[in-house]
Amino acid sequence: MKKLSRRQIITTGLVATAGVSGLAVAAKLAGRYGLIPPDSRGIYGLGETLTYAAQRVFTRHTLAREFSKSQISKDPYAYPVDPLGEEFQRFQNAGFADWRLVVDGMIARPASFSVAQLKSFPARTQITMIGCEEGWTYIAEWTGVPLSHILELVGTLPQARYVVYHSIEPTSWDSIDMAEALHPQTLVTYGMNGGALPVPFGGPVRMRVARQLGYKNVKYINRLTVTDNLKQFGKGLGSGALGAEDGYAWYAGI
Amino acid sequence: MAETISPRHSLLVRVTHWLTVFAFLALLVTGVEILISHPRFYWGETGNVNTRPLFTIPIPSSRSIVPTGYSYVLPDQNGWSRYLHFQSAWIVLGTGLLYVVFGFFGGHFRRNLLPAPSELSPKRLGISIAQHLRFERPSAKEAWSYNVLQRLSYLLVIFVCFPLIIWTGLAMSPAFESLAPSTVLGGHQSARTIHFFVTGFLVLFLLVHVLMIVLAGFRNRMRAMISGRVTESQERA
Repeated sequence: MKKLSRRQIITTGLVATAGVSGLAVAAKLAGRYGLIPPDSRGIYGLGETLTYAAQRVFTRHTLAREFSKSQISKDPYAYPVDPLGEEFQRFQNAGFADWRLVVDGMIARPASFSVAQLKSFPARTQITMIGCEEGWTYIAEWTGVPLSHILELVGTLPQARYVVYHSIEPTSWDSIDMAEALHPQTLVTYGMNGGALPVPFGGPVRMRVARQLGYKNVKYINRLTVTDNLKQFGKGLGSGALGAEDGYAWYAGI
Repeated sequence: MAETISPRHSLLVRVTHWLTVFAFLALLVTGVEILISHPRFYWGETGNVNTRPLFTIPIPSSRSIVPTGYSYVLPDQNGWSRYLHFQSAWIVLGTGLLYVVFGFFGGHFRRNLLPAPSELSPKRLGISIAQHLRFERPSAKEAWSYNVLQRLSYLLVIFVCFPLIIWTGLAMSPAFESLAPSTVLGGHQSARTIHFFVTGFLVLFLLVHVLMIVLAGFRNRMRAMISGRVTESQERA
């Protein structure tokens, strides 16, 4: 092997230093602009960060496709859930009249809404596709109140970065960033295909994140928590079982 | 053993070739894992277990909801498979862009991949096809350049298959589909089905590619793609 000259060693050193500091600056900038997902550590962290950052740069404001009424699936499929507990049964027997959606965390006015109250807010109806990470899809008409409207009502504090949503099933919870939470197609959904949202599809209230896969669309939600840090929830990965704690990516727009 | 001065393949071609090989194999393995969770294909926008499939792959599934005819359910591998699939896709994309830019501006496509017009005559093409079908060992000069069928198939893989598989992949992304629309492909499920068939074609390409390398002299062709060196004596051997 040929001997390295002093000049070559110095040049290599300078290039390496520039490269490392360039990466550090890029990481810092990406952090400031919210381009780093909570699961950015580990061997898949680089790919995951690139995916999330690319989506936030290119698709922050793009809309999920909306379809015509004739395209609504006649055979939608509700993924089976574990049997719902007695508590849910009691709510169901009462026609979900006592179901509450609690909103807490980094907000000015903590609140709790009944399904009737949610229905009294300005509604949005959209015909969108829901796709499972397994590869199957169906199209339905969803009716709900945009999450952005609820966040406006409760007065989200400026430092808020994520919205965590909890299901009546304690292991089933997930979170989205503010870009997704404020997106016009992100709905706190209570209606499907013109009627009430059926229980197998997540009724009485389901989070519908139109631009992410099925597993981000948590069923039976009863609490929203606005936060600037996901570390304090579960294992700190941003979602519970069915999500990051099961080895799935936190960002599910792909 | 007369060693040659300039490498058979440029450093950039060699590096991007092997990066693509590893990323493609990772994409293939993880893609199969993801496929196992729903080994059914559809045409149009929607499809699920309530829909009549276009066709199914007769394998067991990693999900109990899929009626496969098998009484057992394979373990779920989708979490890490999806992570690795997209990470490898980034490697393919980055490597591919570097290669294509180099190929256009460095003259690689013009020099090495674009067939001469005279080679595209039906007669010449026929001769080349016949030689391949007889599994004829390539002549010594082919150690230094590609034959016409090789050029055409490489161009097809680089400019048709890879763009199409990236597009159909992005068309399955609920967030990205506004930028890589699936509508022109026939819908979301059509994009998934096309993704599957392009994969099949690329696997076929890989098998034929490796077979041809074995036929032409495995050690020498591998050396040419790793170190860039070609040994004349071995080529004639």
